[in-house]
Amino acid sequence: MNLPGYFRSLANKFFRRSAVADDLDEELRSHIEHRADDLERSGMTRAEAQRQARIEFGARERFKEESFEALGGNFLDTLWRDVRFALRVLRKSKGFAFAAIVSLALAIGANAVVYGVMDALILRPLRVPQPESLWGLENGDGSGWQSYPNYRDFRERNHTFDDLAAIRMEFAGLDTGNDPAQANGWATSGNYFDELRIQPFLGRFFHSQDEKGSNSAPYLVLSYAYWHTHFQDDRQVVGRTILVNKHPFAIIGVAPPEFRGTLAFMSPDFFIPIINEDADGEKFLNTRSINNREVFEILGHLKPGVTPAQATADLNAIGACLEKTYPKEVEHKTYTLGRPGLFVFSRPAQAFVGGLMLLAGLILLAACANLGSLFAAHAADRSREVALRLALGSSRQRILRQLLTEAVVISLAGGALGLAGSVVLLRELAGWQPFPGAPIHLPISPDARLYVVALALALVSGFLFGMVPVRQVLRANPYEIVKAGPSGQFGRRMTVRDVLLVIQIAICALLVTSSLVAIRGLERGLHSNFGFEPRNTMLAGTNLAMAGYRTDTWTAMQRRMIDATQSIHGVDRVAVVNNYAPLINAAGNTENVFKDETRDLSQSHVASMTFRYEVSPRYFDAAGTSLLAGRDFTWHDDKDAPPVAVVNREFARRIFGSVPNAVGRYYRMQDGTHVQVVGVVEDGKYMSLTENQNAAMFLSFLRYPSGYSQVLVRSGRDPQQLASAMRNKIRELDAGLPADIETWNQSLEVVMFPARVATTALGVLGLMGAILSITGIFGMAAYSVSKRLKELGIRVALGAQRREVLGPALGRAVKLLAVGSAAGLVLGVLASRVLASIVYQATPRDPLVLAGVVAAMLLLGLLATWIPAQRALTVNPIVLLRED
Amino acid sequence: MNDQAQLLPGTLDLLILKAVSLGPLHGYGVLLRIGQISGSALLIEQGALYPALFRLVRQGLLTSDWGTSENNRRAKFYELTPEGRKRLQEETEGWNRLAVAMTSVLAARPEEV
Repeated sequence: MNLPGYFRSLANKFFRRSAVADDLDEELRSHIEHRADDLERSGMTRAEAQRQARIEFGARERFKEESFEALGGNFLDTLWRDVRFALRVLRKSKGFAFAAIVSLALAIGANAVVYGVMDALILRPLRVPQPESLWGLENGDGSGWQSYPNYRDFRERNHTFDDLAAIRMEFAGLDTGNDPAQANGWATSGNYFDELRIQPFLGRFFHSQDEKGSNSAPYLVLSYAYWHTHFQDDRQVVGRTILVNKHPFAIIGVAPPEFRGTLAFMSPDFFIPIINEDADGEKFLNTRSINNREVFEILGHLKPGVTPAQATADLNAIGACLEKTYPKEVEHKTYTLGRPGLFVFSRPAQAFVGGLMLLAGLILLAACANLGSLFAAHAADRSREVALRLALGSSRQRILRQLLTEAVVISLAGGALGLAGSVVLLRELAGWQPFPGAPIHLPISPDARLYVVALALALVSGFLFGMVPVRQVLRANPYEIVKAGPSGQFGRRMTVRDVLLVIQIAICALLVTSSLVAIRGLERGLHSNFGFEPRNTMLAGTNLAMAGYRTDTWTAMQRRMIDATQSIHGVDRVAVVNNYAPLINAAGNTENVFKDETRDLSQSHVASMTFRYEVSPRYFDAAGTSLLAGRDFTWHDDKDAPPVAVVNREFARRIFGSVPNAVGRYYRMQDGTHVQVVGVVEDGKYMSLTENQNAAMFLSFLRYPSGYSQVLVRSGRDPQQLASAMRNKIRELDAGLPADIETWNQSLEVVMFPARVATTALGVLGLMGAILSITGIFGMAAYSVSKRLKELGIRVALGAQRREVLGPALGRAVKLLAVGSAAGLVLGVLASRVLASIVYQATPRDPLVLAGVVAAMLLLGLLATWIPAQRALTVNPIVLLRED
Repeated sequence: MNDQAQLLPGTLDLLILKAVSLGPLHGYGVLLRIGQISGSALLIEQGALYPALFRLVRQGLLTSDWGTSENNRRAKFYELTPEGRKRLQEETEGWNRLAVAMTSVLAARPEEV
């Protein structure tokens, strides 16, 4: 083979494509002219000769095509021409192209966003060396808390881990001298960085050798991001002193940029050794308590060759042993190992992402159904053109190739559009902090994998459903079609397209049902009884420990805050609750209680696990919790008075049998305290809106001083004015005491979050489903009208009334809509059972929901069939019948 | 029509090479030449000639150049390259061997077996 010649002809084709085509044209023309010259010499007229020459030449287009192919390199070339032709075709049928691209873009966008979230939360391993052997210790009840002494025991007694590290959340005030700021950091065991096998970006890390007892290691490591934003990449920062909750620490290093802690959803600003109890403000190093929630997570690398199962057995053996040794302090809840990134949240996260995947999959299915019927209708519209091309000598292979190219062009356009939208959305999500004040974020960074997945998905769906009309094309008999016209037999039987449309409408109705159920549930949830009244209530959180107050001054300061805010004009009632009021940040303290007659207070004798709140007098008044029996706390229920409690109805029922029985009776707490019940209040929600009814006890805050507390202010005043008035009052008391002030309803955001996310997601997807259905029904109705226009014209000419025209024109679309909606409604009602676990009070047995779905589907059908119906009604039989 | 033989597959290229080897020709000229030298015994569909010509150009066996025909029209003339000449020789020898073999096979009588 002559390579240079080959390349020259290839190059010619690419760089002078049209020149080559012109060349070929001219050559063939020249051939025909020569032949005509000969024929003319044999006695024909010039015109006759030319005609004869053309006939003799044969199928000119086909030979041209073959010649092109003979020139070589034809794959890319044909592809290029196919693409140009496809673009031309799509320009001509704008409606089809638009509908198909929008359908696909919606579906790809939805799926890419869900994939992005899944990738960030589940697929991507932590960015530390050897993440595959790194495991975290989870309790059997879906939490990870351990007390610090328990952690020490696990660390020292296990045989299966390299070493075990611990982390504790540390929300602290950082101050380098002139810029006090709140930051979120982690207090970690000294071996944390060594166990993770990472090296500092700057300076050094702390090690286990640095831990020499309580408060022995005042060292602080900054995260790269915090160093970058708060210290402007200043390398001189190492060695400087920084105040952590007013305690001096030395900055010893900066973590590498890619290391953002070992939790996927939270990146710490700094790290300090966990043994610095004083800076933390709580004595936890030697407290082994059942309710101790000091160590957030224990994690470590498995020794080489050790399986997770062996390690689990090892840890459970230690747990059992601890429970035996410390029956009052340790309850062994079968431990399991989990990936440290999502930790105990991995199951809910997986369920959530799984649910999203399912929904996005449904959208994709609906979009594909749409694509399938769109392509089929498009192909049917073009059957005449295809038939002509076949008759003129084009091969079926070429025509299929052409159809495929169109499918691919549409897939790519839809995919690219959807991907672009999803990238924008994902970027937004990455910067989103769902809870103001809480350092939680989604670690999303759209990367090449996302692009590949989205485009592959687009291509596959485009290919699969672009191929729906292939059979139609392959079986087409060109002569029949050219003769009879495309309206040959418009189906009476159920076609693939009908089925696709029904599926799609069913999916849409399912999504609409679910989103309505969720919205109604959310709305009802917002107005249901929580056991307190969150409206017209302001919460002011202060941390006296962080502000440097001594333990014995806390209660007095909190009482001063009550008095100060009480003096604000328009304030009705004020009270204090230690830590957080109910339903805030999903944070609640729990404690095990025992019946009065129980003497052995080990975990097997626990009568009930109850939520525990420490509140000031008049708390129930301020919170809007009604007192069912007995009395409220007074300012005399302090450390010197006998311990008393107010319990909720559920507590009274569990321990004493009934409310009237409870008042005046006694029970025991974990530490053995003998407590008398002095009052009973109504039941409420404490941790989440969907929880089962829990027992709760309220103790006097005078007995249990806590640095962090919330002042609860009930007032009908405008929240913003009230907030600033409260801020002023607190500043008058202590100018250096920061306060977080927001309404109770704002604070409920966190517990409302799952329901809100679910509702938003369902709402968006429901809307997408609706758009897809409208396109689908519209396409079907418009197509059916255009196919039967002639028949409709005849009917009109024969005097048919509006209804008699609309019946045949739209009857089928309406029937499919009804079938699909009914199926979707049934599915939606079934699916709502799942929803009930996320959205409080979600139930499909709600006439408003059912009516809403029916109305929505009717509206949708009306919207989609409006234009085709208009077209059918304005048919002008004279014009129409004249046409053919 | 029946006295015109159908072309065996693959023989069109050989015919074209042979026709062009006798002197540069344009496409229609190739047809005429083949008709002339075969005594109009071989039928070639006119259009089918061009894909074959282009294939031979791509393989480097022919070169082409625009020129003016005897009818005073612009036409593209094809000429044999040295490689084309070599190929023609090989193919001719191959064809001859085949023809001899075929002839002797077809001439075989029962007593010769």
